Amino acid sequence: MSLKGKAYIAGAYEHPIRKAPDKSLAQLHAEVAKGALDDAGLSKSDVDGYFCASGDTPGLGGLSMVDYMGLSLRHIDATDTGGSSYIVHVGHALEAIAAGRCNVALVTLAGRPRSEGMQTGTAPRMGNVQQPDVQFEFPYGPATANMYAMVARRHMHQFGTTSEQLAWVKVAASHHAQHNPHAMLPKVVTVEEVVSSPMVADPLHRLDCCVISDGGGALVITRPEIAKSLKRPRVKVIGVGEATKIQGGGVGLDLTYSAGRDSAKAAFEMAGVTPSDVKYVSIYDSFTITVVMQIEDLGFCEKGQGGKFVADGNLISGVGRLPFNTDGGGLCSNHPGNRGGMTKVIEAVRQARGEAHPKVQVENHDIVLAHGTGGSLATRHVGATVILEGE
Amino acid sequence: MSEKVYPALPPTPGNEAYWEAAKAGKLLVKWCQDCSKPHHYPRGVCPHCMSTNLEWREAKGTGEIYTYSIMHAAKPAYVVAYVTLDEGVSMMTNIVDVDPGKVKVGQRVKVVFKPSEGGGKLPCFTPV
Repeated sequence: MSLKGKAYIAGAYEHPIRKAPDKSLAQLHAEVAKGALDDAGLSKSDVDGYFCASGDTPGLGGLSMVDYMGLSLRHIDATDTGGSSYIVHVGHALEAIAAGRCNVALVTLAGRPRSEGMQTGTAPRMGNVQQPDVQFEFPYGPATANMYAMVARRHMHQFGTTSEQLAWVKVAASHHAQHNPHAMLPKVVTVEEVVSSPMVADPLHRLDCCVISDGGGALVITRPEIAKSLKRPRVKVIGVGEATKIQGGGVGLDLTYSAGRDSAKAAFEMAGVTPSDVKYVSIYDSFTITVVMQIEDLGFCEKGQGGKFVADGNLISGVGRLPFNTDGGGLCSNHPGNRGGMTKVIEAVRQARGEAHPKVQVENHDIVLAHGTGGSLATRHVGATVILEGE
Repeated sequence: MSEKVYPALPPTPGNEAYWEAAKAGKLLVKWCQDCSKPHHYPRGVCPHCMSTNLEWREAKGTGEIYTYSIMHAAKPAYVVAYVTLDEGVSMMTNIVDVDPGKVKVGQRVKVVFKPSEGGGKLPCFTPV
């Protein structure tokens, strides 16, 4: 049985806050939950399913937030795949709703790494000593930035991708961010400014990296009958996919592709559409290389051609063939909790509803896509894809 | 300037031999006696076939750089890399004893052992 269209995204809310020294993590989760329920026209007593990622939610597997918000549930899922979690949650909510395990699913993300002074991308994070790779990797100083930089270096070596091509991803994001009053970096930048910004982890410059921000976001996903009874424009979930990518035990190591290859294939098959049908994409832009690789893996161009594809404004709404991250994305707007998947779904919902900023809204918004990676690109991560239909 | 001492973690059960060998200047790789494939990082169960019939073999200690990044955000900058050993298995490492600007993908490298906390040694690589 296909699950296509068995659920709708009825509510979406992004916290406007970018620095939250005076709000607790729990309060941020609850505020975005309220925002998404208000957006849908539902209340917390309607919620019978809760989805969150255990890594950004205080307490054991979502239980503390259930208690804090006073929810009464018959379904709970605290799957954590890093930044892609909330895209995974859309798929899991679809499955739970189709299976009759809940009617109204709430998904929340929140985080405050900026207030906590976290060096998100440049400080090696050890993780748990029981994690089997830690003693063989952590001593070498792998941080988020240099792990992604190694992927970029290999892409350059194998396919001839250039720093200038990567820079176009940031340039496009900045063109969109200028219209977002909440964006942390609303100034339009040029390719020259990106490639002359300080090197963080060669070959990635400071402006190849996303921002560090507090904040959060939430979604409300419901059965079709409930969505149809509400007043908001309807956004149907027509395709979902998730997949893993690892290092193969070190044999045949290939860091030129991601799990997006498989997650997108599954999502497109369920939706019965192809990349040429997609009018808008949200792609988790932790770094510029992340976007270039995902565009290839999602099937918008051939493997290795991503650098050429993104150049010359091809990702700018109203200019190029594939408008992306029209809120400014993680590169310019925000990156709540160091996890970019939630805001990707939210901007895709805005586009599917025709409610993005008029300067960046795509004209035809019948089919939109959101995709993200969680973990470390190409080395050890989960990719998740969702395809939405604006009705 | 005193030499960098790398962080070290207590060996997890089953990996003591790897760190003992490193202390003696030898690089070990885990091989599966059932599917005949190597793997890294070392595990107690083969990631290719799930066999527990595994053995340590000493690697030649030579290979080539698959990819690398110079971490400019750190002072002093260091070079993290994946090196593919001649035995056909890749490992995360650091490229050391070289001007970072001279490091290249595809460059031939050999293992060198650098001091780590607690008197241990960490396998790193340097251009041949």
